[in-house]
Amino acid sequence: MLRLEKRPQPSQLWTVVTPILAVFLTMIVGGIMFALLGKPPLEAIKVIFWDPLFHEQFAAYSRPQLLVKAGPLILIAIGLSIGFKAGIWNIGAEGQYIIGAICGAGVGLAFYPSESVLIFPAMVLAGAAGGWAWAMIPAVLKTRFGTNEILVSLMLVYVAQNVLISVSSGLLRNPEGMGFPGSRNFKQWDAAHNAELIANTGMHWGVVAAFIAVIGAYMLMSRHIMGFNIRLTGEAPRAARFAGVSPTRIVFFCLGLAGLLAGAAGLFEATGPAGQITGAFNAGYGFTAIIVAFLGRLHPVGILLAGLLMALTYIGGELAQLMLNLPGASIQLFQGMLLFFLLATDVFTNYRLRFGKKGLV
Amino acid sequence: MNRRTLLTTAALALTLGTTAFAQDEEITAGFIYIGPPGDGGWTYEHDQARQKMEAHFDGKVKTIYQENVPESADAERAITQMALTGADIIFTTSFGYMDPTLAVAEKFPDVKFEHATGYKRSDNVSTYSARFYEGRAVQGHIAGKMTKTNKIGYIASVPIPEVIRGINSAYIHAKKVNPDVEFSIIWLYTWFDPAKEADAARALIENGADVVLQHTDSTAPQAAAQEAGNVITFGQASDMAEYAPMPRVSSIIDDWAPYYIARVQAVLDGTWESTDTWDGIGKGMVGIGEISDAVPADVKAEALAMKDAIASGEYHPFTGPLKKQDGSDWLAEGEVADDGTLAGMNFYLEGITAEIPN
Repeated sequence: MLRLEKRPQPSQLWTVVTPILAVFLTMIVGGIMFALLGKPPLEAIKVIFWDPLFHEQFAAYSRPQLLVKAGPLILIAIGLSIGFKAGIWNIGAEGQYIIGAICGAGVGLAFYPSESVLIFPAMVLAGAAGGWAWAMIPAVLKTRFGTNEILVSLMLVYVAQNVLISVSSGLLRNPEGMGFPGSRNFKQWDAAHNAELIANTGMHWGVVAAFIAVIGAYMLMSRHIMGFNIRLTGEAPRAARFAGVSPTRIVFFCLGLAGLLAGAAGLFEATGPAGQITGAFNAGYGFTAIIVAFLGRLHPVGILLAGLLMALTYIGGELAQLMLNLPGASIQLFQGMLLFFLLATDVFTNYRLRFGKKGLV
Repeated sequence: MNRRTLLTTAALALTLGTTAFAQDEEITAGFIYIGPPGDGGWTYEHDQARQKMEAHFDGKVKTIYQENVPESADAERAITQMALTGADIIFTTSFGYMDPTLAVAEKFPDVKFEHATGYKRSDNVSTYSARFYEGRAVQGHIAGKMTKTNKIGYIASVPIPEVIRGINSAYIHAKKVNPDVEFSIIWLYTWFDPAKEADAARALIENGADVVLQHTDSTAPQAAAQEAGNVITFGQASDMAEYAPMPRVSSIIDDWAPYYIARVQAVLDGTWESTDTWDGIGKGMVGIGEISDAVPADVKAEALAMKDAIASGEYHPFTGPLKKQDGSDWLAEGEVADDGTLAGMNFYLEGITAEIPN
């Protein structure tokens, strides 16, 4: 008989081994799936994991794209992870991301066509403030009326999407766009363009912000009293209260920080890679970031790596579609497998496998 | 310029070099799709045309495609990667790819780009679209004749001129044969979302609509209408013949194959130039699917006569007298709409009670 026995402490070794094991298992099962689809399995796996980094023809382009894709994921996931540590489940980062982008873009467009150097910083501040304000709605409702932040923040995503549709065909619509929805293209307006800082590296301000957020979160969680309070609230809420930690303050801090980072990420994306506020500019980063946060074990460095890994499967998956004519759905399945195996093998971090009947050990 | 930039520029130049070289033996045509080819509508027809084009050139042209590309920052990457794989001509088949297509085209001056339904062009970016509103006129005629409740539901996608033109065209032709007709319009803000499309169709039917027109890509509204019974629909972008004879009584079919063949031929011949193509029933880019037996013979004959008149250029669907929704004059008696106004059409015509969302 096989059975699981809880470890006294999470295993350090398994924490490191499980992600690698999960990737390995995904390759095997994914490979079988590709073979069943009549595609060369080894070739497909090589295209997904190797070619974006080292293919002589694409890598020069796709390597920087990894940063472009991972940047917003990491930035949002960092904010979410801090809340998750405290047991505050903000599922609505997508909405905070959208509202941040709208507020930031709106502030910028109000000054069009000024070429002042202050435009972009003002937009970033407005974007972060917009995301923060959107996250304050579930925070206030939770602390004042005891509503569930999971539901409120999630529902506000749909509200945000409708606001986005409305402003992209109304308030922020490009007046020179011949009646088509969508804002002006920020790539054609230097003062507001979140351009690459060094050409062909993919490094834009959003990626820089993501790296700073990783370092900041690490400092906060391991060196600062606030980080300690957050962890305490998550692990032992009663003890935290006895220690004088205000739950209300923690809720405001965690939701506010997550909204701030998500809003900034939205603004960086809208003025950089996306270039425009349109009804479809948000690509689900706010939801994918939840996965990234857990894939990275809610640890800043883990999130950094998880964000890059997610980006790799996206870009590698696109290449596989292109080069091997793999159906798009099979790539999504492949990504799903990765998460499934990660969560499945995660069991071994907290439990150990035992053979034989209980009591005989 | 630092060393890394220099190296990547060199690498890029090298790639462009190989692209040009590959032209001697075989060319590659790439397609970017908004949905999956299995949507049974818009993307399906683009993919059918891709296959017909590939068959036509019999091994001389290789085709590649990427499906489900969102109209976000991902589009620019997908198009760039396609250009990097050595595609010589790339068709981007949704409106939202407009700015990404132009951005990529600037980086790959030797690659030809073809953007469907947009209005921005450059030296290596052409645009192409079909005069779907011609099909909508025929559709509106049949719908106006067939409705018993006088309520026609319209599932609209994204509020761009193409969609608004379709609504106007269907409306004035339904109104002409049935003055009591009313249009209910639901905007979905997406081109392809079977669940939302089905919900919209059900909501319209519950409100008494017995004709459901759609400007979205999937067959979900057809299925919803079939379930409800006694509701008629029209195939959109594709024939959707599996729902004939009821609920689907006819369809507007996009036929892109002749255009794709002509454009790829131009690349092969080295005669490709940036153009703006807008063809309709006459040139065969818009087809009217088989009108089923559910439609009375006289209505069918009238619809076919209208189709022929449009094809020959004898009749223009937007012929005056027509007024805008606010009551102001648009076209005088006998005057026909000019392409410029149609291309940017952002107003409803008189009688439509809804408002264009903004």
